[in-house]
This record gives sequence, structure tokens and C-alpha cells, in this order.
Amino acid sequence: MPPDTHIPQRPLLSSNSLWRMKSYLRPYVVRLVFIWLAAIVGIAAGIALPLISEKVIDGPVAHGDSGALLPLGLLAIGVGVVEALLILLRRWAQVKPVLGLETAIRDDLYEHLQRLPMGFHGDWQSGQLLSRATTDLSTIRRFLGFGMLFLVMNILQLITVTVLLLNKYWPLGLLVLASAVPIVWLSLRFEKRYIKTSRQVQDEQGDLATLVEESALGIRTIKAFGRRHYVFDRYDEGALKVYGTSMDKARLLARFFAFLEIIPNITLALVLLLGALAVGTGSLTLGALVAFTTLMLQLVWPIASLGYILAMAQEAMTSADRLMEVMDTVPAIEGGTRTIDGPRGHLRFEGVGFRFHDSEEPVLRDVWLDVRPGETVAIVGATGSGKTTLTALVPRLIDPTEGRVTIDGYDVRDLELTSLRSVVATAFEEPTLFSMSVRENLTLGRLDATDEELAEAIQTAQAMFVYDLPWGLDTRIGEQGLSLSGGQRQRLALARAVLSHPRILVLDDTLSALDVETEALVEEALRHVLRDATGIVVAHRASTVLLADKVALLRGGTITHVGQHHELLAQVPEYRELLAQDADFDDAAEGALR
Amino acid sequence: MTTTTTASWRGVSSEDQDELPEKVSVLLRERSRRLLGALLRPYRKKIGLLVAIVVVSNAAGLSIPFLVSIGIDEGIPPITSGSGPAVLLTVVGVILAAAITQALTRRAFLTLSGQIGQGTLLELRRRVFDHFQRLSLSFHEQYTSGRVISRLTSDIEAIAELLQSGFDALVKAVLTMAGTAVLLLVLDVHLGLLALVPLPFLLLFTRWFRTQSAIVYRRTRETVALVIVHFVESMTGIRAVQAFRREPRNQEIFEQLNDDYRGANARSMQLGATFMTGIKLIGNLTIGGVLLYGGWLALQDEVKVGVLAAFLLYLRQFYEPMQEVSQFYNTLQSAGAALEKLSGVLEEEPSVPEPREPARLPDGRARGKVRFEGVRFAYVEEMPILPRLDLTVPAGQTVALVGATGAGKTTLAKLISRFYDPTDGRVLLDGVDLRTLDEPALRAAVVMVTQENFLFSGTVADNIRFGRPDATDREVREAAKAIGAHEFVSSLPDGYDTEVGKRGGRMSAGQRQLVAFARAFLADPAVLILDEATSSLDVPSERLVQRALRTILADRTALIIAHRLSTVEIADRVLVMDRGEIVEDGPPDRLIAASGRYAGLHQAWLESLS
Repeated sequence: MPPDTHIPQRPLLSSNSLWRMKSYLRPYVVRLVFIWLAAIVGIAAGIALPLISEKVIDGPVAHGDSGALLPLGLLAIGVGVVEALLILLRRWAQVKPVLGLETAIRDDLYEHLQRLPMGFHGDWQSGQLLSRATTDLSTIRRFLGFGMLFLVMNILQLITVTVLLLNKYWPLGLLVLASAVPIVWLSLRFEKRYIKTSRQVQDEQGDLATLVEESALGIRTIKAFGRRHYVFDRYDEGALKVYGTSMDKARLLARFFAFLEIIPNITLALVLLLGALAVGTGSLTLGALVAFTTLMLQLVWPIASLGYILAMAQEAMTSADRLMEVMDTVPAIEGGTRTIDGPRGHLRFEGVGFRFHDSEEPVLRDVWLDVRPGETVAIVGATGSGKTTLTALVPRLIDPTEGRVTIDGYDVRDLELTSLRSVVATAFEEPTLFSMSVRENLTLGRLDATDEELAEAIQTAQAMFVYDLPWGLDTRIGEQGLSLSGGQRQRLALARAVLSHPRILVLDDTLSALDVETEALVEEALRHVLRDATGIVVAHRASTVLLADKVALLRGGTITHVGQHHELLAQVPEYRELLAQDADFDDAAEGALR
Repeated sequence: MTTTTTASWRGVSSEDQDELPEKVSVLLRERSRRLLGALLRPYRKKIGLLVAIVVVSNAAGLSIPFLVSIGIDEGIPPITSGSGPAVLLTVVGVILAAAITQALTRRAFLTLSGQIGQGTLLELRRRVFDHFQRLSLSFHEQYTSGRVISRLTSDIEAIAELLQSGFDALVKAVLTMAGTAVLLLVLDVHLGLLALVPLPFLLLFTRWFRTQSAIVYRRTRETVALVIVHFVESMTGIRAVQAFRREPRNQEIFEQLNDDYRGANARSMQLGATFMTGIKLIGNLTIGGVLLYGGWLALQDEVKVGVLAAFLLYLRQFYEPMQEVSQFYNTLQSAGAALEKLSGVLEEEPSVPEPREPARLPDGRARGKVRFEGVRFAYVEEMPILPRLDLTVPAGQTVALVGATGAGKTTLAKLISRFYDPTDGRVLLDGVDLRTLDEPALRAAVVMVTQENFLFSGTVADNIRFGRPDATDREVREAAKAIGAHEFVSSLPDGYDTEVGKRGGRMSAGQRQLVAFARAFLADPAVLILDEATSSLDVPSERLVQRALRTILADRTALIIAHRLSTVEIADRVLVMDRGEIVEDGPPDRLIAASGRYAGLHQAWLESLS
């Protein structure tokens, strides 16, 4: 399990991870400077409008000076236009850096993830990685793009307006300033609880999603046993939990918003009271009072949003940490420098051992195997004996923890990865198809394959059904396209492996889902392919074993016997146990046991 | 637009049925409205109360600037003239009362609307989940699990999002605007009319934004969906990606998709910026105009300063909510689309419906006699899988089905377990038509085990107990022992209490299959169907299961489908199927002795073993 649930609570502005993202903003420095300038001037314009209203009331209106009214009115309109234009310019200018940052990080993340080895991907569910590439990244984008700007702008606006108010009439200014204290205090406290509740809702929704997933994927099992009500009860329990926590959240919000609105209104009432008294005594002009009330209302939003923005900052930092956790993972498997020109395909396992990092028990130990160029070896072993692990070592999808694997005498770890992986091709038992055209799925390893080569590979794998698909080779298959049967998928995976004309071909129980007749046809064709290439064939059935020149028996993580099929069948009881299927033997064994 | 290279690697597929309807409209379609109506009906009274509260709340909120203006116009003169602050104090008192009223009603509004919203959401979740579970397998096979999951997660969340963030803003915006417009006209007709002059422009502008935003929004969704699909597939298929040196091409495709997404987002942001600016501009121009005209009127003493101040305060309130509405417009849209899809699902009828008045089995308990009477089955009318099938399986018989892929073996099995209903004819269990049996009776009698062995999150014991939820721990163990799974389960870290983890975790396919067998055994059905159920077992485990099957199947009817003929050996009777018809029928020994298809298959199988 990835250490995912851990959310570091760091003090503000010390987040290394978020700060490290700044290099992505470097290309946009000029733009950013412009954005900040536009923002500051915009604030000034916003503040200027109420001040002009004050001048209108105290000047022309108070003194009956109609001549001064027009210039002031036009000025107000001018300032209004400028403010709007500045918003437009700033927002348009923001588009490029904000999205540029997001896109660049996402590209880099994807590139990095593609380089990380199987070991990493085995530990991390793709959903976890996806949430980093989408949710976390947009949290960061929102903060760096908007939140940070608003944070500074709000503080600036707050300071300016407060200074202005203090300057205008200090007792009222002080009153307004004092009213900000409970709002800020409450916002901060509220955010803390709100984030906690929100996270809880998210977690509970995640649990609910798991139940949904199971109910959809396991629908056949549910139906087969008629467990509709049982499954519904489980789901309902989860849904009720989400309901309860969501209601907590709603009540929290209700209290907070009510409070958020009452404070400015009470302040307004007090400002009116004290302001009117001050106007009565002549220490404040009427226009100033009007301006005061308008300006004061302008402060409500910046103050209230402060808590929200600080929470956003906190979340962005957490997201950045989550992102960096992946980005900082050093690929455990990096290519070497050598390339093989004209590979012969001499494959050797020399004292190879393998152990998962979180397990004591080795999967493989002291494996020795020599496969000469052009030779084909069948690997036979019980479920869980390490066959698939053994085959994954050849193209370095994983690295051995002991010993080495060599091709033509080179340690595979010294070879360039692309060079190595063009020498070896694997057809997996559980074939992976992508939501792409058949052609793209087949030419995965060789984009430049010609149509003839494609047709040949399809023929070898007995995958001619692709020509009958609605759009032939251009038909989209996979999760987002046409779905294929298990046998069809396996045949495509086989065609894919054959198409790349590898020196070493690895077949990991590739024919298990085929019916007997198709299997026979595929085996016949494979014989030709394996005549030229070195082959490793993982087999469960005697018929598949017969593709090989010799058989290696894998037991308890190591190779105990190597030899001809008939020899092993005659001499090794464990081998017979694995491959001899006929009932006579079964009965005989049963008889012998009695 | 998607570039041509993007299209060519993706290949061609029929249009995604999940696409939003051509004209994405906030106005809900008929069936969405019906669903919404049905969901809200229990809350009729609460909604009435909510409306009353919201009117009071907004009236209180809106009255405050008006009261401020009165305070300025009526409260100040008495003070200046020395007759005391009585008027002012009254006004301030009223303001305070209004503020408190507003806060309290607002809190009540938010709590109540939360209750209604979350309650509706809960009911919607329950309905959709339950409905999906009711819908037949044929529906699920066509609809695919991915779409079921997104209906129940992202679509529900889209609606939740609207309820949480948008609904409040919408109500507030509409009421504030309407209330403010009225107040402005009451305060001063001339000034009020001037202030409302921009309103038609505002509405036109908003309409333009709505259409544009629908296009942009759709584009964003499409592009991000492609990014996500490509990302997830690359990560889940990383083994194939790395083994076939796919990384550079993948990177190329990803960057292109990512860039398309960026483009869509950029348009969305630019559109938002334009709209916000437009609203701000209209607002500012109005304020300027009101200041100019209001100042002029004040000069003529036709309007009081307090009224002018109130106007300036109200105009701010008037335009702010518009910006908020634009913020959540996407939320509104996706919620509308989600509701549309959900209501569509809820209108699906199960193709295998529950009987209205269920029949009872003769003895109250199934004995396991299965009969097909003139059964015809076709997915597509012209191409029947089973043209016409008559078959009787006496209680207790073990029948093996043999034949090439597509011969109709699995269809036959699915008809007995009533995953499908026959197009014609009927399937009988102990003389009772399956269509007249209710679900509990049918499922207690017939259980099917397939090669797909789904394990649910929970312990191994929980998973076995899925076969019979009221089974004791001992019975669970007995079932595992009978099937030969006890040994491997005991060797797991926590034995029967081991969590199986997500989708079976680290258990091998063979081990999962053994758990599935134990589950079926525990369910103790009269009819057991095994569809390729031993295919992922290695030979020793399969042998173990087969040995167990001999005892397990002794007193029940069984139907076994298998590619490997070793499984067939334990059958009392073999049916060879070809194109939906039974071409050979008899005990295995007799079929081998005859020189038919089964004899040929058997011979080929023996040779493959040598």
C-alpha cells in the first residue's frame, strides 16, 4: 500500500514541494509581472469608485455645483471601464501560465510513470496515480493560478481600505478593523473543521464507490446466488454514512454562513449609528459616510475568503507533496549503455534469485538455465511456482535480486532498455489491449510494420477474426471500444509478440483460453516462428509443451529437472502429477494412495 | 478539434452512448423532470417552508441598505437640528433586528435545503443502485460495468455538487435580483428605471454565455475523458507498454491529448473571463450612470442623498450574484446531464422480470428435475442461438455439455439459471416454469459457477459465506474442506479471516476459483451449473476438485461445461452440441464406443496428452 493516507500538516510557506513547482512558471515571468500589476491597478480602480461617489455627494450635490458633476461622473464611468478592462486583460493573461504549468507537470508525470518499473506499478493502483494527475494537479493549478493572486490581492485590498477608513475617520475605521477579528478567527477555525468533514465525506464516498465497483463487476456472482438484498444492504449502510456526514457538513456551513453575514451587517448598523452622530456633530461629511458604508461592504468578501484561500493553500501543499512523492521515486530499473548488434539469442539464467521487497520468502532461488540460440524451452510448474516471475526477468520488467540473466553473454542490466526489449518479445497470459485500433494494438512494439508483416502475424496467431470486425483493422477495441472474448484477446497478444520479430520470444501460457481446435492451428503456426527464434514457453498442457525442444520443471522457486518431455514424464513423479491428465492415471494414483 | 492523427490511432467505434444529447439544455427533459418530481414529492411541506424562509431571509437582507438610506435621510437631520437621535436609534434597532432575522433564516434555509438535498441524494442512490441490481444480466452485458460505475459515482456526485454549491447561489441570485429590481423602482422610479436599463443587455449577454459555455464545457469533458482513458490504460497495462518499448509513442499521444485538453480549458477560461468582465463592465457603467443622473437629481433636490447611497449599495448587490451564477453554470449543466442519464437507467425494464404472483415448487423444496420444452433463444431475431431445444434432465443426474465455441452451451446454462428468458418455449424446474418462480426460490435451487470468480472485499470466510449468509463458521470450514480449499486457506496469513483485498488481491486465479467452489457448495443448490469453472486450476488442483465433485454432485442435478474432457469423465450423461442443437446424447462410455463426434473429440484429447 502506498503511504497515501498520511497528510503532512506543515506550517504555511515552508512547503518544499509546492515551492519546487516554481520552475514550471519560469517561461512566463514577464506575463506574471503584468498580471500582478494589472491586479494591483484593478484594486486601486475598485477603491476609487466609492471615493468618487463621496466627492459627488460632498462636492456638487452639497454645494449645488452642477458644473463639477459631469467631470466627476465621467471619471467614475472611465474608472469603471478601466477596472473591467484590467480584469479582462489579467484573466486572459493568466490562461497561458496557469494551463502551461498544469500541462507541463502532467506531461512530466506521465513520462516519469512510464519509466518507473513494474515493482512500483504493482504497489500503486492506477486510480491513485490518476488522482495525482487530475485532482491534485488541478488543486495546485487553482492555487498557483488564482489562490495565490487572490491571497495577496485580498491582503493588499484589506490594508489599503483599512488605512483609508482610519484616515477618513479613525473611530469608525477602528470599529471596522475590530469587526474583522472575529471573522478571520472564525474562518480559520471553520476551515479546519470543514476540511476534516469534507475529507471524511470523501473517504466515505470512496468506500461507497468500492461497493459500487464490486456490485457492477461481480454482478454475475450476485445474480447467480440471488444476493441482491444482501448487496443492497451493504450499499445502503455506506450511503447512510455519507448522508450523515454530508448533513454534518451542511449544518456546519449553515452556521458559518449565517455568522459570516451577521457580522458585517451589525458593523454596518454601528457605522451608521456612530457615523450619523459624527455627521451631526460635524466631524464627518455626509458623502464620507456614504463612501464609508460602500467601502466597508467591499471588505466583507476579502476577509471572508481569507480562510477559504488559506485552506486552498494548505490543500495545494498537500497535493504537491503527493505529486512529489511519485516524481521523486527513482526508477529502480534504468537501462545500461550497450547495444546488441545482430543478436543470436543465447539466453542464460545464472544463479538467479528473486524476492519481493516486502516479503521474506524468495519467489525464485538459484535458477540456472541455458537456452541456446534457436532453442525453445518449456517451463512447467504448479500455480505460484514463479513461472511468470521468471519470464519477466528477461525483458527486465523486474530485476533479479540475486545472480544475473545474460543474452549472448551480456548481463541484461548492461544493455540499453530499448535494445534489450527489441530483442525480447512477450505474449502475456492476461493480454492487455488498449482503447485503440486493432492495428495500433498489434504494432505496439513496431510502428513501422508493413501490411504484409501484419497479415502474416495475424495468420500465425489465427486472429483472422479481426478482418470481420466492423471497421477491420481500424476498429477500436478495448475497454472503450468493441469487447473481445478471452481467446480473441490472447490471439491478438500473440500476434503482437510475433509481429515484432524478436530473437527471443516468451509465451506466458498464451494459449490457455483457446479451444482445442484453434490451439492446434496456432501451435502449428508457432512451430515455424520458433524454428528461428529462441523461445521460452510457459505451459500447463502437454500439447503446449510439445512446442519446445526441452522442458524445465520449476518447483519451489527453482529448476529441479531439465530434459525431454517423455523422459520427465517417465522419470519424475512431480512432472507426471502436473501434466498427465488422463483419468486412468488419476484412478491409479487414487488406488495407490489407498 | 481533435487532429487526424489522434483519430487514426484510436480507431473507429460506434458513437459513445454516453454522449450528452445534441442540444445540451438546462431545461430538463420530460423523464428527468418526472424523476425529480418523484424524488421531491415527500418533501412538499418542507419545500413550502423553505420558500417562506427564503423570502423572509432575502427581504431582511435587502431591507438593510434601504434602512441605511432612511437612517441617513431621516436620522441625521434631527441630530443636526438638536432634537436628539431617537429616529436614528430606531432605525439602527430595526437594522439590527433585520440582520439577526436574516442570519437566523439563512441558517434555517441552509440546514433545511441541506436536509432536502441530501435526502433526495440518498433516495436517488438507493433507487439507482437497487435498479441496477434488478436489471437483467443481458442489460449489464451490454451496458458494461464501467458505465454502471460512472452512473453511480460521477453522475451522482455531479448532482451532489449542484446541491452543495450551486443551488444556494442560484436561489440567492434570482431572489436578490428580483428583490433589488423592485426596491430600486420603489426607492425612485426615474433612477430605478435608469439602473434597470442594462438588464436586457445583461440577459442577452447571459444567454450568449450559456450557449458558448455549453459548447466549451462539452469539449472540456470530451478531452479530459480521453486524457484519463489513455492515462489509466497506460498505467494498468504498463507491463505491455514497457515490454514492447511503447513509451515514446505513448508519450507522443499523451502530450497531444493533454494539449487538446489544455486548449479546451483555455477556451473555457477565456470565456469565463469575458463573461465576468462583461458583467463587471455593465455594473460599473450603471453605477457611473446612476451617480451622474442621481447626482443631477440630488442637485435638483428631487432625490435625497440617502436614496442615492442606497442605490449605490444595491447596485453592487445586483451584479455580484450574476458572476456567481456563471461560476456554477457548468455544475448545473453536468447535473442536468447526469439526471438525464440516471432517469434513463431508471426507465429500463428488467428483461427477466419477477413474477407478480410467484408459484411454489411442489414440495416447497426443489428436487432438481430440469426440462426444456420447445425452447428457442435468439439475441438477434434472425440468428437464433438455440433454434428449438427439447431436453429433460432427471433429478440427480450429472450432465456434461460438449461442443465448439458458439455451439450454445453457455446459453443453455444461462437459461437454466434464468439469466435470460427463452424467446419461445419454456424452461421448467420440477415442472414449474422458471418465469413464475420468485428470485429467492429460484436462486436457492439453481446456482451457476463460472470461470469469472469474483471475490468481494472482506475476509475469505465472508466470501464463502456469500453462498449462504446465515452459515456458521463451522459450516464455512466444512464447505472449504469438502472442496479441497481448506489447506490453502489455512496457509493464508490470517487463515479464514484473511482480507482478500481489492478484487482478490494476491490470490491466484486458481485459489479464487476454489473459494468460488466452496461458496457454491455452501449454497447447497438442487441444480449446480459449472461453466468452465475449473479452467484456471492447474492440473493437481483440478484433480482435487474433480475428486470432490464426485461426492458433491452425488445427490444433486449438475450441468458441466468444459473444454478439457477430463472434467467430463465424471458425468452420467454427455450432450454434444452443435449450432444450438443436441447432436449426440448418452453416457460417456457408450458415446466413446460409438464412432460419433464425441468419440473423435475423445481420441484427439487422448493424443494431446501423450
